[in-house]
Amino acid sequence: MTIRRHVALFYWNPNNKTLRYNPPVPLTPDITKKIEKAGLTGRGGAGFPVHLKWKAVKKAKADKKYVICNASEREPGVFKDFHILENHADKVLEGITLAMDYIGTKECFINLNAEYEKKLKDKTNPLVEKMKKDGYMIRIFKEQPSYIGGEETALMEAIEGRRTQPRLKPPYPTEAGLYGMPTLIHNVETLYQIALIAEGKYEGKRFYSISGAVKNEGVFELPVEYTIEQVLTESNNIPGDDYFVQAGGGASGVVLNMDQVKTEKCEGTGSIIVYKADENPRKLFLNWLTFYDFESCGKCTPCREGTYQLKKMVEANKEIPWEKMEAILDTLEVTSFCPLGKSVPIPIKSYRDNVLKK
Amino acid sequence: MTPIPLKTARTTIVHINGKPYQAEEGESILQIATRNRLEIPHFCYHEDLPIDANCRTCLVEIEETGEVVTSCTLKAKGDLRVLLDTPKVEKLRRENMELLFGDYHDRSPRVQHGYYSKTVEQLERYDVKGEKYERDDPGQPIHKLGTAAEFDPAMCIACNKCVEACQMIGISHLTLEGHDSKKRVSYNKDPHNDCIYCGQCTVHCPIEAIREQSHMQAVEDALKDPKKIVIAQTAPSVRASIGESFGAPYGVDLTGKLCTAYRELGFDKVFDVNMGADITTMVEAEDLVNRLMHKWEYQEGKRVDPPVGSPMFTSCCPGWVKFLEFYEPDLIPHLTKARSPQIHSGGAYKTWWAAKEGIDPKNIVVVSTMPCTSKKYETHFEHLWIDGNKPVDYVLTTRELASLIKTHKVDLMNLEPSEVDHEGTYSGAGAIYGASGGVMESALRTAYHMITGEELPGIEFEPARGFEGLKKAKITIGERSLNLGVAAMPKNIRPILREIKKDPMSYDYIEVMACPGGCIGGGGQPIPSTFEIIKKRISGIYKIDKALPYRQAHNNPAVQEFFAYIKKQPKEVQDAVLVRKFFKKEKGQ
Repeated sequence: MTIRRHVALFYWNPNNKTLRYNPPVPLTPDITKKIEKAGLTGRGGAGFPVHLKWKAVKKAKADKKYVICNASEREPGVFKDFHILENHADKVLEGITLAMDYIGTKECFINLNAEYEKKLKDKTNPLVEKMKKDGYMIRIFKEQPSYIGGEETALMEAIEGRRTQPRLKPPYPTEAGLYGMPTLIHNVETLYQIALIAEGKYEGKRFYSISGAVKNEGVFELPVEYTIEQVLTESNNIPGDDYFVQAGGGASGVVLNMDQVKTEKCEGTGSIIVYKADENPRKLFLNWLTFYDFESCGKCTPCREGTYQLKKMVEANKEIPWEKMEAILDTLEVTSFCPLGKSVPIPIKSYRDNVLKK
Repeated sequence: MTPIPLKTARTTIVHINGKPYQAEEGESILQIATRNRLEIPHFCYHEDLPIDANCRTCLVEIEETGEVVTSCTLKAKGDLRVLLDTPKVEKLRRENMELLFGDYHDRSPRVQHGYYSKTVEQLERYDVKGEKYERDDPGQPIHKLGTAAEFDPAMCIACNKCVEACQMIGISHLTLEGHDSKKRVSYNKDPHNDCIYCGQCTVHCPIEAIREQSHMQAVEDALKDPKKIVIAQTAPSVRASIGESFGAPYGVDLTGKLCTAYRELGFDKVFDVNMGADITTMVEAEDLVNRLMHKWEYQEGKRVDPPVGSPMFTSCCPGWVKFLEFYEPDLIPHLTKARSPQIHSGGAYKTWWAAKEGIDPKNIVVVSTMPCTSKKYETHFEHLWIDGNKPVDYVLTTRELASLIKTHKVDLMNLEPSEVDHEGTYSGAGAIYGASGGVMESALRTAYHMITGEELPGIEFEPARGFEGLKKAKITIGERSLNLGVAAMPKNIRPILREIKKDPMSYDYIEVMACPGGCIGGGGQPIPSTFEIIKKRISGIYKIDKALPYRQAHNNPAVQEFFAYIKKQPKEVQDAVLVRKFFKKEKGQ
């Protein structure tokens, strides 16, 4: 229940002789309005509008609701969640509190990739303890590091003690998530940005993880509307020689050439990996495919079997066996169960179209 | 009776390949297509189990958008129009099948031995020869589930159906293990969890990666051996389901054709497990009457020693017996000492019939055809052997029997029916053993006669019948009433066992079967086996009972002849043929 302004709902306007309707306004302005105005979208990869998620969970009727903060972060070239937790854990927890208050729950899970947990526990544990004193039940879930843990329903399965693999949707987590209850799940950065929005300090920035053939590897907080070239320039990372990048995810990101970085922005998880123009494609493909093959949760056919076959094909050939790979790439793209499988062809096909064909 | 819920689902029309089909809202396109006999290949959908959407072969195209989606997850709603076999869809289906079946042809024993396999039929339709890809090797050998079933991790396509079937019956022994391309079926290593050999995994596996341990080669060898006299005996459930493998409607009784088929396959004698069931009924009814008398006398203060093993449990299902011996060994005294039907009749042939015919029992080979995999396991118990002879030598599942008939090119559906040989004569009481509640009904028909000297009025005991997993009933014998319980699947018996542990007097007689619906839903039955199909098979079984001249075990002339013989034998011989013992079991036993 929110307290609303006590004024007459209707009043008479004597000037034009009409009855005017005066809708009630909450005393505390709705934070989702601010979030919507800021245009914040999820920073975990999928880019879903945040205010819609919040409203959906608030609207859902249930005895219990959960907030989950996800720091699964396992994709190569993505390390901004770690940076944020290391430097701004207090802000992240503020974001969590806002989310819990908004949907009306006291229960939250923070999913920390177990490697992160070891390094960060001295920072996060005191904050969590402090919040517990304020009545917020926050539990740290130590996840065995996995790529699939970034898929929200797979993470819920893991927390519930089952195999880490994605669930059939619908129902979506906003209706039936963790333990079948409406669940608001966000990436670390999203919650950090929400804290900034609440304080009026949000500047429309995001965190970019920059790595690869650069001299100044690291995490940089820069405007979302920057082109990739601007991000590289500003962070002092423009290579001297010819290059191409993989942006938006270290495995699932799209490969872009030097012309494209002038106009394209970096979305998804905000990672930019820079490669020298003469990077050996076979080595590059094997990196991707070894990762995809190993990280496949094994649920669906194209991802479980297909990535393995792709890896074997590249291993067995000196040149990239484009023709042989085609059928598997197609079935991965169209028939995979979850977005992780569907994204396997993205780097491979974009490398072919944007780098090889140039 | 539970009230039938009002149908609230709204119906709608969906268009498949341009033709309108009526559907319930929320029904999947795969369900609608299957119901209307439109073929969509699928390897991870079973109507009684959760939808996993793993295999990604049941693809269809949405007409409006051209989007390709899985039909098992595509729900019917108004205006939905889908296309089943567009080139785009076929190409993707085929590619996923190539990925799944890379090793299938090399590893499937059915393919290797030239036996019939439904999966091969499906692969042929898509021209998948298993040559395009070689799958990852999980490096795990074939794992034996006792002496009943086995699974080959290298063949497994991780569809999850066996795991869910194992959860469905309430055992949860099977699991999926490993990730990426090494994710395969495995089993629970907990020493307090074990397989009960029911074989529900084998009847839910779409590709025979989990299957019965085959006795087919052994049976073929016996049939070829001129020195051996090979006897076929058919379990009650097989006759009502074998037709499914030959395109017959569900629940059609094929006893007559099957008898002819056995003779064409070269079996020397055609007897029947139903006759064994009649023996079991006699022994079990006597055991029941003794226990009841003891209990009643104790309750009336005529005896001071409390009854042991009351209520009595049936013991003809080896899966249920294994369950009790492993999970609840304290309750072993409750199991009836009667042997199971196939062991009773097999023992009878190797003693009574062998003596009658002057044959050395060592030359007799008894082959049971069973809807069951745990019956294979039962044949290995040395404590059931009679004078060193196995009462039953080999057990073929209904699926194996179908393979044998198809491989030998016997045209089952067009055979002239014939009769079982005289010593295999059976009553309606034996015939209904296949359905959950049937064993209890049969024993009550005879126990009633033993106690009152009269035949049970209203011979068909409706409260014990039906597909429900747990049925409770009362019956009046003289002035006393009996509390009865009939359970199918371990998950349904657990609450009853808890009640009994609190109050042993709460029940008088309990029947338990490991599989849904009883043996008729057994792990050795034709694939697919669903609750709806099982219900149709059950009605087939009760029709057989109705049509038989003798409907009580004690009125079966063959059984009367057998008992006349066995009662003349020394006590040790009688016990060796009629009764059995039970043992606390460890994991893997």
